[in-house]
Amino acid sequence: MRHVAVRFLVAVVVVVAAVGLHADGPATPRQVAASAARHVVKIYGAGGVRGLEAYQSGIILSPDGRIATVMSTVLDADDIECVLDDGRRFAATLVGVDPRRELAVLSIEATDLPACDVEAGRAGPGTRAMAISNLFGVAVGDERASVQRGVIAAVVPLEARRGAAEAPYAGDVYVLDFTTNNPGSPGGALVDARGRLLGMLGKELRSTASGIWLNYALPADELVAGCQEIVSGRVATTTGPTAAPFDLRALGLVLVPDLLGRTPPFVETVVPGSPAEQAGLRPDDLVVAVGARAVASRHALEMAVGSIVAGDPVRIAVIRDGRVVDCELGPRPEEARP
Amino acid sequence: MVLACSLSPAAAAPVPIDPSVLEAEQTMVEAIGRATPSTVAIFAGDSGGGSGVLLTRDGYAVTNFHVVQPAGVAMTCGLPDGHLYDAVLVGVDPTGDLALIKLLGRDEFPCAAVANSDGVEVGDACFTAGNPFLLGTDLQPSISVGIVSGVHRYQFPAGTILEYTDCLQVDAAINPGNSGGGLFDAEGRLIGINGRASFEKRGRVNVGVGYAISTNQVRHFMGVLRAGRICDHATLGATVATSADGRVVVSDILESSDAWRRGLRYDDEIVSLAGRAVRTGNAFKNVLGTLPAGWQVPVVIRSGGRRRELVVRLASVHSAADLKGLAAEPEPEGRRPDPTPRELPAAVRGLVEQRQGFANAHFNRVERDRVAASIAAARDAGPTGPWLLEGRLGTGEAFRIELTDHAATIDIPTGTSTLVTSDDFDRQPVPPGSGGLLPALVLWRRLVLEGPAALGHTIYWGTAPRDPTAFQVGTPSDMVDVLESSVSGVELHTFIDGSGRVVAVDLWTQPGTDPCEVRMAWAEGAPLGSLPTRIEARRGGDEFATFLIGPVPAEMGP
Repeated sequence: MRHVAVRFLVAVVVVVAAVGLHADGPATPRQVAASAARHVVKIYGAGGVRGLEAYQSGIILSPDGRIATVMSTVLDADDIECVLDDGRRFAATLVGVDPRRELAVLSIEATDLPACDVEAGRAGPGTRAMAISNLFGVAVGDERASVQRGVIAAVVPLEARRGAAEAPYAGDVYVLDFTTNNPGSPGGALVDARGRLLGMLGKELRSTASGIWLNYALPADELVAGCQEIVSGRVATTTGPTAAPFDLRALGLVLVPDLLGRTPPFVETVVPGSPAEQAGLRPDDLVVAVGARAVASRHALEMAVGSIVAGDPVRIAVIRDGRVVDCELGPRPEEARP
Repeated sequence: MVLACSLSPAAAAPVPIDPSVLEAEQTMVEAIGRATPSTVAIFAGDSGGGSGVLLTRDGYAVTNFHVVQPAGVAMTCGLPDGHLYDAVLVGVDPTGDLALIKLLGRDEFPCAAVANSDGVEVGDACFTAGNPFLLGTDLQPSISVGIVSGVHRYQFPAGTILEYTDCLQVDAAINPGNSGGGLFDAEGRLIGINGRASFEKRGRVNVGVGYAISTNQVRHFMGVLRAGRICDHATLGATVATSADGRVVVSDILESSDAWRRGLRYDDEIVSLAGRAVRTGNAFKNVLGTLPAGWQVPVVIRSGGRRRELVVRLASVHSAADLKGLAAEPEPEGRRPDPTPRELPAAVRGLVEQRQGFANAHFNRVERDRVAASIAAARDAGPTGPWLLEGRLGTGEAFRIELTDHAATIDIPTGTSTLVTSDDFDRQPVPPGSGGLLPALVLWRRLVLEGPAALGHTIYWGTAPRDPTAFQVGTPSDMVDVLESSVSGVELHTFIDGSGRVVAVDLWTQPGTDPCEVRMAWAEGAPLGSLPTRIEARRGGDEFATFLIGPVPAEMGP
């Protein structure tokens, strides 16, 4: 089943690239905007508290309802809803996530959807682009997602930002010269002047050093590779809609339930014989850091552990009886599924 | 040193540029050149300032309510010609965030070419011209280029004011100070008035998401703004909800509303409003938000499986007292309001009149005088003394109406009615069932012969569509001037076309009820000043009678 889906994704990339909008010569910006906006969906899920929006954007990858989006707290909901460009509403299920690229694939029960036309190659600096997203939740129902225009300013590794901005992904991104990464924008489409998909708008990312917000998109090749890995099950994959990006149970760590958006990461129980027990972790420990990264919530802890490359050691600092205790859990397991 | 290197001959080798790029650049430069002269920089001293756009040769400029609110009635404006001009507040629309000001001190001002904002589509090139961060101390506008990101957008109000409906969303930079300035299309024609942006967590600087009030909304409000009024927005008297199957249905309705009297009920589907199809709650609010209170608009509904076309009179969102409070100058924070009124500049003195319900009642007088002159000019050739209207009803029977200064008589098959002008008209709503046709005709004659001054307390109300049944948002329609009078115990609206003809009268003998609606029509080529050839009288959506005026053919005589 998974292999069929993988082949299908590849087929989309090749076939659509051959019969896209550009086959008939240059299109007007009106045509490109109208055509490309059909591939962008509005996604509604968890959130709505200060600083955390309950909505984002997604891109229709296949006519049978595969939708790519950014892995975020919005997807931590029992009910995820996708609203298409034509106003149709669908309940979505989470197929899986790629914690490294902060990517998620959703699935909706639909057929004959307007799947997007993917540009397989990398675009260079100076490429004109349009960004289409559900920014600020301005558009509702059948109202078209918002369209912005600018150019790709640079193609650089996001790793250059590490330490300054919190992102597990360290590969190339398109840095954009226009303000694309707004609340609700993550998961939106970046298209070229002919409407072909160049990439997917990333999350809101701010330099902790300079306070500057970064506008960037994940290039299409990375997007497709990540989606293929998710669909094929080569990365942390879950079937339930409340999937966490990384299942801490693989380390033998059971935390208190994530009832609030910012539940502190208290240890509830430690699985006997697990790496967590061997490292000396105990119930009621409060996890405060993973490696050098401070974690204030259960969600942040999952994200931090999820971004550790499989095979690398997991180091966790906890507070116990008012003192910080360092614990070494050994290498992160390859397969995180239970 | 670096500069010197870059200027060396080797580095100065010409870069080949596609001629189409240079051409596109030149086109944009020319469009900006066309839009620049009408761009106003508004300076309001300590109260900040903003931008504006000149719309008429005689100096009327539109801006945002939130720009003029702290400025008060007088402000200083700069134009790109390098001169400063005094300006005076004319009218405000707190809900729609619009304001009209008049620049002074020049016979003829440059003004913007205005495009139909409903012709704008997502992806269209656009640019803003204005005074962001009040940088325009040299009076030259700042320009930001972008594209239209969304059309027919809805942005929630702050309380009950500053609601952006059916607005344009653009990625051209709109920053504090751009407020009130123009959004122009690729040809340099005005398509919107910039006034709002989504900021949220990044502070008050543009993040590629700004909003402009559509020029179509501005067009709808020009008349009521020119009246010097504190304008109000409209409500249908009903709220709507989107049903599970995607229909917009009435979820609540006031039984005192005109919509209720026209037959709108709970769970009725709103199919279209003012000529535009309504499929979402936002679409409903978008249409409604572009319309002034008091207009009549067509509403198509589906009720019990049956499609019906109504014409509904829109009510005000606010009470008069609420509106006055909303329009008031905010009290400066942290210090007591200055009890001594600000000294007005010499040019503005004499152009300001404070009166209840008005931003500046002086301009109401100006417009009322203009309409009075227009009526007087049309009167010259017309009949004086008693007016005799004779002919046949639409149903075939003969009628006779006589109107004099002191009395009026109507003879129709259902009987003869008489009105005496010495008694209050609200006690004489004759003929029975008309809601006051005879008082309406007597006052119509008085307005034509003696002008607005003879109609008791009369103000200039603004403008309204000449034919509400045909009105469509997004399509320019024929507008007429409206006077509002209170006389002899009745309230009336009289409608005057561009040639000075009084083409319609709505008369209320009791507030909150259906008025008697009288509509006059003239045969093609009828001389100005002649009596109409057709008069329709309606009440509450039902026809009372149609009077076809003319000699009664002998063979059809009584």
